[in-house]
Amino acid sequence: MPAIHRALPALRRIRIANATFQQASRIRLQPSAAAAASRPAYQLRYQHAEAQTEAEPTTSASGADHAPQEQPDRPQQKIKFTADSYPSLKRDSRFKELTEDDVKYFKELLGSESAVIDGVTKDAFEELDAFNADWMRKYRGQCRLVLKPESTEQVSKILKYCNDNMLAVNPQGGNTGLVGGSVPVFDEIVVNLARMNNVRSFDEVSGILVADAGVILQQADDHAAQHGHIFPLDLGAKGSCQIGGNVATNAGGLRLLRYGSLHGNVLGLEAVLPDGTIVDDLSTLRKNNTGYDLKQLFIGGEGTIGIVTAISILCPQRSPAVNVAYFGLESYEKVQQAFREAKKQLSEILSAFEMMDGQAQKLYAKANGARLPLEGEHPFYCLIETSGSNTDHDSEKLNTFLEHVMGEEIVSDGVVAQDESQLQSLWACREGISESSQHFGGVYKYDLSIPLPQLYSLVEEARSRFESNGLMGDSDDFPVMDVIGYGHMGDSNLHLNVVCRRYDKEVEKAVEPWVYEWVAERKGSISAEHGLGLAKKPFIGYSRSETMVKLMRQVKELYDPNGIMNPYKYI
Amino acid sequence: MSGLRILVPVKRVVDYAVKPRVNKAQTAVETSGVKHSMNPFDELSIEEAVRLRERKMPVEDILAFSAGPAKSQDVLRTAMAMGADRGILVVEEKTELEPLGVAKLLAKVVEDEKRNLVILGKQSIDDDANQTGQMLAGLLNWPQATQASKVDVEGDTCTVVREVDGGVETLRAKLPMIITVDLRLNEPRYASLPNIMKAKKKPLEKKTLADYGIDANKRLKTVKVTEPPPRQGGGKVEDVDGMISKLKELGAI
Repeated sequence: MPAIHRALPALRRIRIANATFQQASRIRLQPSAAAAASRPAYQLRYQHAEAQTEAEPTTSASGADHAPQEQPDRPQQKIKFTADSYPSLKRDSRFKELTEDDVKYFKELLGSESAVIDGVTKDAFEELDAFNADWMRKYRGQCRLVLKPESTEQVSKILKYCNDNMLAVNPQGGNTGLVGGSVPVFDEIVVNLARMNNVRSFDEVSGILVADAGVILQQADDHAAQHGHIFPLDLGAKGSCQIGGNVATNAGGLRLLRYGSLHGNVLGLEAVLPDGTIVDDLSTLRKNNTGYDLKQLFIGGEGTIGIVTAISILCPQRSPAVNVAYFGLESYEKVQQAFREAKKQLSEILSAFEMMDGQAQKLYAKANGARLPLEGEHPFYCLIETSGSNTDHDSEKLNTFLEHVMGEEIVSDGVVAQDESQLQSLWACREGISESSQHFGGVYKYDLSIPLPQLYSLVEEARSRFESNGLMGDSDDFPVMDVIGYGHMGDSNLHLNVVCRRYDKEVEKAVEPWVYEWVAERKGSISAEHGLGLAKKPFIGYSRSETMVKLMRQVKELYDPNGIMNPYKYI
Repeated sequence: MSGLRILVPVKRVVDYAVKPRVNKAQTAVETSGVKHSMNPFDELSIEEAVRLRERKMPVEDILAFSAGPAKSQDVLRTAMAMGADRGILVVEEKTELEPLGVAKLLAKVVEDEKRNLVILGKQSIDDDANQTGQMLAGLLNWPQATQASKVDVEGDTCTVVREVDGGVETLRAKLPMIITVDLRLNEPRYASLPNIMKAKKKPLEKKTLADYGIDANKRLKTVKVTEPPPRQGGGKVEDVDGMISKLKELGAI
């Protein structure tokens, strides 16, 4: 019998994620006179639902020893339509509105009832909501048609039809994005890749995996693991996100320090352009110096020039010896020292160096009812992972390193995982923060590249901003609960999260564009790994020059002249 | 009353999170190149011993003991990092010890080291025998409380709550005694860095079976080890009608 209590943090995390979507089904349709008359007919129906749920109290912060599932009546904020929260966005009138004939065409094309969720000819509001709403509960589109193709050919035919008929399209993977890129803004057709989920091949010798875009990251990693390899990407949402979406958004994640970015690991891909052209560049070559490397445009292209339908990716050998240590540290200075020492002494076996501040860990414990690994409170925490091929060799190195950082008082306290389950619960302390941060109502997330020495001062400055402007406090009167900072120290990547009880324009105004200006002044990036989506689109100028943006627009124009692909977002 | 002199036996086993695989000859589970760690039940018994001390019980000494390959010293170091005072390792590379052999060995250790309380995991997750504690109680003729979910010591009286089918049972006995522990007893701590450092300096004695005069020859012969039959994959149906006809086909409706 396993020590089951260890698995509980992980289980709770899964349940938080589930509950997020389950909440959607609590919204019930009811006739109401509250609808705004100026809206198109299809929006009216949604307005009813909105009006009915308006009376629900906003989420209150609870001492939450329990996962949301254990509190079925926990009041949940409704998600506002993106179109309402961002009144400046207007539906592009060039796009045609869906008709019954369009739906008929798609049904015949896909040939299966379960491949089409049709909200045009019938009422499918609840089913559609899971595809319309993002998991941060921040964005909500009004799409009335979800298509789930099974093959690249089907994707090609869908896009060609849409392009010919000026129907806007929103490609969607696991819908775990953090910038509103994965959900529609207005009535774009959602093309969800979930049914394209086959691993096509795995080569034991080279470690090259070829798989459909809709394969879940966890499944891809499990598949590689069966053959002694590892998927070069890992992130908190691995149980839901799809590898096609990972590639389309150029996700960074926890293994980047060791294995590098997807721009290097993806060897080839298959994609469909808006005009239906299938781009077959599913190369399994490590070297191919022939012409422009066009696949790079799709990596991080966020579905704006085409839909990625399959990828081929280089998977490194899985390390049999993995160790994880978790430290408490006194100051950000010490965190930097520890990072320098880790690089120096652990060098080739260092596979992750993650930083979390005390507030982030407290929030994690509060949202999950979990116990933190260390006694006492520390202003900073670090998680270090080593992976190598020889346990004895790694342990020796790690032990020397640990003795050193303890002896020099670089770290104040720490624990080392003694077995696999401890290893997983230590990782949960880092990976669980993202979900915990939106547990209490909402979160404004900023994912920034900042030069290491200045990385944490942003969090401190943000905190003092909220302390002085009266938006942050302990009771429900304040929209902001806390400001937390954590991230991939190894990649100079900070996640700044403003943890909210509810979404509030005042909060947004207090941070934006201040945070982007702050980052631009220090020559950082306003989006290190989350991408642009809808949230960061207006701010690209802080990280890219006019010339660069102009060149990007030319690419978009070239491949998607009608602009049907993931409109209103990116650039 | 004199102080508590606790013996906590720990075993190095294949990590519980690792999926065990049967070797080609179907004689045992493959152990080479597989991650090993302390038997999870033994972590609980160490934790309980340390907590007794932290609850200001008169704990004189916590001795962690293991028998098996030399690598078992890793789990003894972990036990000491969690709070055991010292360790004894009986190195035996060749023969896999059986519960009776281990119980005889422990009986000798109890005698030599003048123990008056033995806290064991109720079973180890590799052979799942659940016998050693009971056999030891028999050999020493001591009272025993198995599957403990709560342990209290007052003077020389020990009160143990144990989980039984459909409820709990509370036992009381006088020291010396044997306690085997179950999952809900406590939540083991992480080995902290300062304690890992300290554990390296704690005494670890290495001995052999011969030192104790124990004959560890096997009495049991493992005939065959097989993996459970692979799970039959489920099928997917296209729609509700498909499901209904499938259920009919299977005779479920």
